[in-house]
Amino acid sequence: MRYLFLLNSPGGGPAAEPGTPESERLFREWGEATALMADAGVLIDCAPLTPAASATTLRVRDGEVLLTDGPSAELKEWVGGYTLVECDDLDQALKWASTLPAARDSSIEVRAVIDTGRGR
Amino acid sequence: MLRSSWGAAVAHVARVVGDLGLAEDAVQEACAVAVERWPRDGVPADPRAWLVGTARHKAIDRLRRESRRAGKEEAAARWTGTIPAPPDDPAPLDPAGLDDEELGLVFGCCHPALAPEVRVALALRSVCGLTTAEVAARLLVAEPAMAKRLTRARAKLRDAAVPLRLPGPDDLPDRLPSVLRVLYLVFTEGHHASSGDALVRPELCDDAIRLTRSLVRRLPGEPEAGGLLALLLLTDARRAARTDAAGDVVLLEDQDRRLWDRDEIAEGDAVLERALRANRPGSYQLQAAIASCHADAGSAADTDWRQIALLYGELVRYEPTPVVEANRAVAVAMAEGPAAGLVILDAVAHHPQLAGWVPLQLARADLLARLDRTADAVAAYEHALTLGPTAPERRLIARRLGELRG
Repeated sequence: MRYLFLLNSPGGGPAAEPGTPESERLFREWGEATALMADAGVLIDCAPLTPAASATTLRVRDGEVLLTDGPSAELKEWVGGYTLVECDDLDQALKWASTLPAARDSSIEVRAVIDTGRGR
Repeated sequence: MLRSSWGAAVAHVARVVGDLGLAEDAVQEACAVAVERWPRDGVPADPRAWLVGTARHKAIDRLRRESRRAGKEEAAARWTGTIPAPPDDPAPLDPAGLDDEELGLVFGCCHPALAPEVRVALALRSVCGLTTAEVAARLLVAEPAMAKRLTRARAKLRDAAVPLRLPGPDDLPDRLPSVLRVLYLVFTEGHHASSGDALVRPELCDDAIRLTRSLVRRLPGEPEAGGLLALLLLTDARRAARTDAAGDVVLLEDQDRRLWDRDEIAEGDAVLERALRANRPGSYQLQAAIASCHADAGSAADTDWRQIALLYGELVRYEPTPVVEANRAVAVAMAEGPAAGLVILDAVAHHPQLAGWVPLQLARADLLARLDRTADAVAAYEHALTLGPTAPERRLIARRLGELRG
């Protein structure tokens, strides 16, 4: 079962200004946490996302493509990155999610990915 | 027989096909076959294994039929994840592993990824085999709302791949309290009718004891599991004495102690003693110790209320709730007199959690009556009548009011 961790980030931008000690700490913790996932063979892919403000939300209504500048809803937290893992079950996925800095700094939404038999 | 096999059958089938709703449907169908065939052809040698095997066959069969059904409909269902794939090569049925599989289902129903309020509902439906209507009635939720809640919980267990098995030793400390809590609630659902007469289900007490017993067998190093088993046994031992022929509640002090089940008390005491030896006390061990004080008293007058009041004082440290404090008040009233108890009781009586709780109002009315504050006692009983007491409680109140006014 693949699980997608949606890494929430408060405020819609990077958690820390680049070049600051705070940002270096985050970068180091991220590297350590994801390296452990890779060593355990559960990590498929992970990446941060550009700030929520630069998102484009797309809908098609009556055959017409409608674009909205920005994320789809006004929320306190934004998805700031994702991690895709392969785990046996939810318990294992939750255990790995809890090792990521985002779990301490904000929150992580854990969603199972439906196996459609494609895209592997 | 069918009832006590329900949980194990659902657990096994759900594990094999990965879908709790499908498993429940298949076990239901297998039960219907059993009801039709067993009286005619005789009961199979291992009825539980028969039931599990039949249900498993029906569930796998249905999945294969659905996955063979070609066309867009099936492909769409796969994309939305509503139809699990049939298992490629399911492991053969091992009747000896069924107890563990049933416990695994209990742990799944009590998983922390599910909201606490849905856990007991799911356990009553999936493990104990109550219908959705019965679960809704017991938990005082409208049936459509309960059906929706259960469907959502089953879908989450399936879609998120929540494991239906006993957690490893590392996870056990985090997971066990929720399981013990749900087993305790299943027991109280059988032991104390939430409302009305028709809802008394002593089988739920049997289910809770059976499951806790199998939990203790599997986890002998967990003293709180032993504490819960002791508490359930010592409480259940009083089952026959708890209501009179008319179904009215008989208070502990008025119960005919000859009706108490001595074997169950002896077992409960032994289980408690073993649990206490681990020297890791907890809420269930303390509650069992209190139940043991009652069980070991030859008569109501012989009860060691001082010891019970002390144990409640300890229990408040683990469970600082107004309900525990109210119980401590009653014990103090017995040990030191009604006035001392009433002081504690009045301090918690207006707590929002307790203001509408009939047993507390009854205890308060009883203390007032003992203090000869007849008018206050009558007012307290009349107040209890406005809080929606169960039918037996209502009869008890009517009797007490008759005595006071007499």
